[in-house]
Amino acid sequence: MAEAKTSTAKDRPLSPHLQIYRPTLTMMMSIVHRITGAALYFGTLLLVWWLTAAAAGPNAYANVQWVMGTVIGRLVLFGYTWALIHHMLGGIRHLIWDTGHGLGPVEREWLTVATLIGSIGLTVILWFVGYLTMGGIR
Amino acid sequence: MSDHKPSIRTPLSRVRYLGAARSGTKHFWHQRLTSVALIPLTIGAVFVVIGLLGRNHAAVVQILGSSPVAIGMLLFVLVSIYHMWLGMQVIIEDYVHGQILRPLLVMANTFFTIAVGLAAAYAILKLSFGV
Repeated sequence: MAEAKTSTAKDRPLSPHLQIYRPTLTMMMSIVHRITGAALYFGTLLLVWWLTAAAAGPNAYANVQWVMGTVIGRLVLFGYTWALIHHMLGGIRHLIWDTGHGLGPVEREWLTVATLIGSIGLTVILWFVGYLTMGGIR
Repeated sequence: MSDHKPSIRTPLSRVRYLGAARSGTKHFWHQRLTSVALIPLTIGAVFVVIGLLGRNHAAVVQILGSSPVAIGMLLFVLVSIYHMWLGMQVIIEDYVHGQILRPLLVMANTFFTIAVGLAAAYAILKLSFGV
């Protein structure tokens, strides 16, 4: 304890932080998981807007449908879909890691690549199905 | 640690209940609990939204207001809100260190998530009860 007090005056070396490491895929996907989580946090406003508009009446609902139908609206929705799927798959990956499995050098890379490919693939498939139910691209 | 001050208290009794968060692993565990619950709920919600694409307002009200869909969406929204609340608190605590700003943002996180959650729940219930 006596030593701890004097050490505050000295300039002790700090533990190295992110910027000295070469970026790795698992590291990038870790921050992407957090970024998609934060994006979904605010993206929930879109869901609430849609629900409250449906509850408010046909005119309010038509407004939402119009905005979501514009190019920007669709881009935002596409990003929202990807963020949702990616965060879900990333969450499953973290749940697997929580059990202590899949942490080896090969498995962790494989899981990370699978999450990325899976999220992009599923998003494209979902939008394809979406356009089919809408009766083709309009 | 503090052998310079003799005491009858055991080291365990000295540190018990003095952890920084004072809530153990509850935050961590609830984050995992809600994430597991959200896997089926998210898949269900995505299919509900796809099924409602391009339908007119009357059809959307009828489907969203039906009991299984309304209950599923309510669960999705409420569990999401709790998950979001936990997650954003961790983000704030990691990056914001100001003595005033940090508690303000932690409070804002609570206000935002509760307001968003209640708005969504109100809308779903209103659709379901057909007011």
